[in-house]
Parts: sequence; C-alpha cells; structure tokens
Amino acid sequence: MSKQLNVALIGNPNTGKTSVFNQLTGLNQQVGNYPGITVEKKEGVCKLPRGVKAHILDLPGTYSLNASSLDENVVIELLLNKNDKDYPDVAVVISDVENLKRNLLLFTQIKDLKIPTILVINMADRMERKAITLDVEKLEERLETKIALVSSRKNQGFDQLKELIANYKSLSVEPCVNASVIAPEYFDRLRKAFPKQDLYKLWLVITQDVNFGKLDRNEMQGISSFKTESKSNLKRLQQKETIVRYQFINGVLKETLTVDHLAAKDLRSRLDRVLTHKIWGYVIFLAILLLIFQAIYDWSSYPMDLIDEGTAAVGEWVRNTLPPGAFTSLVAEGIIPGLGGIIIFIPQIAFLFLFISILEESGYMSRVVFLMDRIMRRFGLSGKSVVPLVSGTACAIPAIMATRNIESWKERLITILVTPFTTCSARLPVYLIIISLVIPDQKVLYIFSLQSLVLMLLYLIGFGTAILSAWLLDRILKIKKRTFFVIEMPNYKLPLFKNVAYNVIEKTKSFVFGAGKIILAISIVLWVLASNGPGENFRNAEANVLAQPEASSLPQEELDKRIASEKLEYSYIGYVGKAIEPVVRPLGYDWKIGIAIVSSFAAREVFVGTLATIYSVGSDEEETIKNRMAGEINPILGGPLFNLASGVSLLLFYAFAMQCMSTLAIVKRETNTWKWPVLQLVIMSGFAYVVALVAYQLLI
Amino acid sequence: MKCISVTFALFKFNLNKLITSLDTLKRGQKAIIKEFTLDMVPLKLLEMGCLPGNEVELVQIAPFKDPMYLNINGSHLAIRKETAIHITVETLSE
Repeated sequence: MSKQLNVALIGNPNTGKTSVFNQLTGLNQQVGNYPGITVEKKEGVCKLPRGVKAHILDLPGTYSLNASSLDENVVIELLLNKNDKDYPDVAVVISDVENLKRNLLLFTQIKDLKIPTILVINMADRMERKAITLDVEKLEERLETKIALVSSRKNQGFDQLKELIANYKSLSVEPCVNASVIAPEYFDRLRKAFPKQDLYKLWLVITQDVNFGKLDRNEMQGISSFKTESKSNLKRLQQKETIVRYQFINGVLKETLTVDHLAAKDLRSRLDRVLTHKIWGYVIFLAILLLIFQAIYDWSSYPMDLIDEGTAAVGEWVRNTLPPGAFTSLVAEGIIPGLGGIIIFIPQIAFLFLFISILEESGYMSRVVFLMDRIMRRFGLSGKSVVPLVSGTACAIPAIMATRNIESWKERLITILVTPFTTCSARLPVYLIIISLVIPDQKVLYIFSLQSLVLMLLYLIGFGTAILSAWLLDRILKIKKRTFFVIEMPNYKLPLFKNVAYNVIEKTKSFVFGAGKIILAISIVLWVLASNGPGENFRNAEANVLAQPEASSLPQEELDKRIASEKLEYSYIGYVGKAIEPVVRPLGYDWKIGIAIVSSFAAREVFVGTLATIYSVGSDEEETIKNRMAGEINPILGGPLFNLASGVSLLLFYAFAMQCMSTLAIVKRETNTWKWPVLQLVIMSGFAYVVALVAYQLLI
Repeated sequence: MKCISVTFALFKFNLNKLITSLDTLKRGQKAIIKEFTLDMVPLKLLEMGCLPGNEVELVQIAPFKDPMYLNINGSHLAIRKETAIHITVETLSE
C-alpha cells in the first residue's frame, strides 16, 4: 500500500464544510478529540480515482489564520507543523458562493503558506437563484489554484473534487499575496535573522499566541525573541495585512464575479424581519422551545415504554433460558437492568440533538443569540450563552464545549459554571420515574397533565437557578477584561438531512457508549456487592427468615421476598448503605436510595439503573423497575417509601446536585484548573442537600 | 470626537450626509465606514469586512438598540453597541 494522502478541509464557519466532509467520507468517519484538548477532531477516509486513498481531516471552522480560540489554534498549529502526522499534502479550502469575498481571505493566507491548495466553491446550486455569475477559469488563473464548484445539496461536483485531490501534485504552490509589503523593512530584518525559514510562516509565529508543539522548538523560541514590535503595532500590521489581502481579493473578484443585487433581495430579509422582530422574534423562540420540550416528553414516551418493557422481557428470557448460576444472575440482575436504564433514554437524546442540530444548521441559532444577548448580559452572560444553556438540556458536556465561541472570559466562565443547573437528559429518567410514582396522574384544567406540568416546573427551576446564579456570580467574580462580541448571521438554509442524521447518530452514540461504559461497570460492582456478604447473617439469611415464628403461615411468594430483602440487608452493599443512611435519612430516603445517590455521583442516570439492580437482585418476577419501586415500604414510618415528601425531596436534590464526573472533568479541562469544578461540586451538591432537607421536613 | 459630529451635523441639511458613529444609524440606513479606534475593534471584525471605505447597512436592531445586526459589504453579522460607538461612518442619502 502506498502512503496515504493527507487532506485537510479548511474554511469559514457556515460554509457547509461539514456537508462537504460528509459527502466525501460518507459513514467512513470518526469523531475524536485532539490530544489533551477537547476540540472535536473529525476524520474520515475517501476513495479517490485510480485506487488512491485519502485521509480527510475536517478542521474547525475559522475566519482567518489569526487565531482567537482553542478551535482556531488547532488549524494554525497543524498548518505550521510539517512534522505533524496529519500535516496536509493538500489543503481544500471550502467557500460559500455567496460569501466568496470573505472566504477568500483565509484562502490567500493558506496559499501563502505554500501548501498545495484547492478552492471549493460550495452551494453552487444557489448561483442561478442569486443571479451570480463566475468566471471560474479566470479565477483559477488569478488565484493560481484549481477550483471545484460543488453542491452538497444536489451531490454535484464531488467527482471533479476527488479528481483534483488525486492530482494534487500539479497544483501551484506560489503565494498569491506578498504580505511583506505591509512593513518591508521589518520583514527584511526578519528574513535576515532567519534566512532558512519561510517568511509568512515566521510572521504567523510572531503574531499568533499558539503552542507550536514539537516543531523546531528552538528555532521558534529564537523567533519569538525577535518580537521587536509592540503588541499594538503588531495589530496595526495585521490590520494592514487584512487590507492588503482584501485589495487583492477585490481586484480578482471585480474581474471574475458579478452579482445582480436586485435579484438577491430575498428570503433572508423577509425571514429576518419576522424572526428577529422585537416581539415576534421572542414569541417564535418560545414556541420553538415549547415544541422541543413537547417532543422530548410526549413523543418520546412511546418508544421509551416499549424499551422499558423490552428490557424487563429480555431479563426474564435470560433467566429462563440460560442455566441458573452466578453468571446468569449477573447478566439478568446486574447488567441488563443497568443497561436498560441507559438505553431507555435514546429516544429523548435523539430528539434533543435532532432539534438542536436543525436549529444550528438552518442558521436560526444565530438569530437567537442576537435576540437574547442584551437580556443575557443583564445576568452576566452573553447572547452566545443561549446555545450552551439550550444544549445543556441534552447534556452539559457538549454544552460546556459550546461555550468556546464566547469571547469574554468572564461571560464564558459564568456560562460554564451555571450550565450544569439546566436539566440535562440524564436527570430525565430520574425525574420521570419519581414523578410517575409520587405525582397523581390527573388533568389540570382538563388539558394539562399534572405530571408534565411538574416536569416543566423542574425545567424552569433549572433555568431559573442557572440565571440567578449567573447574576450572583457576575457580582462576585472580579474579572475585568475588555472583549468583543461578533457573531456572523449566516443565511437561512434548509438543513441537509444527511448532516442532521449524522449528527444525531454520532451524538447519541457517543452519549450511550460513554455513559454505558460507566453504568455497565457500576452495575457489575453493585451486583457483586449485593450478591455477597460478610459473615453468618448473609449466609444464613434463608434459614433465619424460615426460623421466624410467622414464616410457616406466609405464602411462598411473600417468603421469597423476605429472604431476598434479608440477604440484601446483610450483603456488602447493605452494610455500605447502612453507613450512609444517617446522612440521607433526614431527606426521607432509605439506605437503598442512599446507595443509588452515591453511585450516581458518577452520572445521574445511574440512579435508576442502581435501584433497578438493587431491586432485581433475588427477584424472580418479570416486573418493571417502576412497579418494584412503588412496592417499597418505608421501614420506619410505614407507608410507601416514595411518597410526596420524599419524592419532592429527591426531585429537588437531583435538580441542584452536581452529579456527573464527566462534566467535572470537562470543566477542569476548559478552565484549566481544579478550582472551578471543585467549587461547583461543593456548592451545588451542598445547596441540593439543604433544599431537599427543607422540602422533606416541610412536606412530611 | 463629539466635537466633530457636532460640526458636521451643521452640514446635515445641506449635504444630506452626516459623519457619525455607527450606533446612531437607523434601521435600513446605509453608510460608508470612515475609520475606527483600532484598539476598540476586534481583528475578527476587520476580517469579516469592516474596513474603511466599505458600505454598511443596519439590517435590524434588538430591543434597546443592542446588539446591532449589520450587513457590511455583503457580510451579515451582529456586534454590540459598545463596539459600534468606536466606528465612524458617513451616512448615505437615501
């Protein structure tokens, strides 16, 4: 096999880079992380003509090589490091036909790095409607490149693009703009100091505050010491560079591009008039949020019920089919109920990511940012915090990663700190099961179900707490830094089915497997702890129960139940639970709930899985988790264990407690210190405990 | 800065052109970017086309005139008022 061809896709945000990537790689793609940072790394394989295989890397979107965020640093670090294993043999710059001028800025910068570069002009199918005409041949000549006109929507032009990539060796590597004209004397000095290095590369190293890894480290340090210009002077020069580049681009486009502006008055302005309207804009946003919640609660309940029953049936089947023994009981009582607790959430996660990715893809999310910025700023947040807060209802992890485009560190930090208050999907199974146990299934005002109103209330509590704590943090945190807010308002697009589908599949998959691993491990540990115990009491549980005077008068079924609970009580987990019990007793919980809470510090959804595992150890019946929980009796007060007081207390505990190790790990990575995640854990969980305590004591 | 705007305001009726800061534009109004305080305007904005000589149109304003949704030379973007006050423009007559 010959050497694989490395291809990097580079482009401005909103140019359809991801669609091009999806078209090139199909499902041959994987999403990972760049080592040490949480920037998403998307790569895939594409078959080119004549049996050549290309490794395609989808780099984060950036407006230029002047990096201002972690995501953008990745792009420039790769392009400057020839030793990186992903260093591209050919760069494919994606542009959007309607924003060609702005997109070409990045193109000229990459071209000046002397990397073979292909220009892709995407959304070519829109040219006619927008009355755009383009002299491709002339443009190729002026930019000294090859151009592929493609349309991801209509799947056109990709064969030509693949052909161009395969023939990358024939591409010119001549720069198109001579950046040194912005300060000839300065660049001259630079050239003399480092005669071996490429001039434009040197300039980038000097102006960019990025980590260059292993690359020519000593040389780079030597260059850094060459910083003879002040920071503001450098910025002035960068501005000059931008102007020079635009002069070049304007000149080129004048010869090659014509746009009939009258024909371009279009859907965008009409949609914007409504969607960013002072009143209608907010009404529509609210309506969309309601629709999303409706989908999550109502529509997904049907598949969820099926999954719940299915899991119980599979457990039953395993018990009846496999030969009895430790392994069967581990599978039937440990693994299946534990995994059932996570599989059940697939419908909700999928719905949530479906909506979020449609909102992002269509360009609507930017309008929300625009509408909400002023309001959010009052609470120390940014309009851009809306995206994390909304996607936080799916999962805090991608939400916290989505804070990266918030320019102000203070606004970003506050967003990171308060996002875990929003009701993530991991809280849902906990909420759903407890609500169905303790809130009566009634209608309010004939239409609204009381249970879903309570659920909605919990969401509002989540958002409310997030906003209020942001307001508090805004007052407490003393961070003063001047920052800027710029957001592109992309054109509206009909979301591409392929992009949305890939996104939903990818996100759901990573969520289920990520959480699945933890849950599987915890289920097994719990099962082992619950099926074994120290000392006589555990081994003799059966005999002890049978020895009780009333034993002979009890039916076999009841007897089995008593034996099972006696065993559980004297198992390892029983002892651990008993040790925790004094702490959770004032909140109205028994030791089993205590165990579930402790194990769900790994991830909230483990709560349901844990209770399922604990309750199914020793039980023979095919029963859903809910029925088992409903049958639990409070050992001290009598009556059902899950009543209104303990139920509300649990709901509130889960609304506020910081129970997700992965979120803490992400916060640590994004803030670069343990200070913030530890504070989050202590303050949120402490607050949750107090609120749950007060609620239980008031309601009992 | 203020001084200049006041001076030019006197010419308003004669020339129907006005040198002012970007945040005073009305919805739908167009202007030409004249200059800006470099330290107060992010490089990213320049890269998106906010350069002297380019045309800017105020597409939409959020409540309280903040942020402002602009069309600069074909690039659609939104910035806060606090940035807009540092950009000087010359309004175009309708």
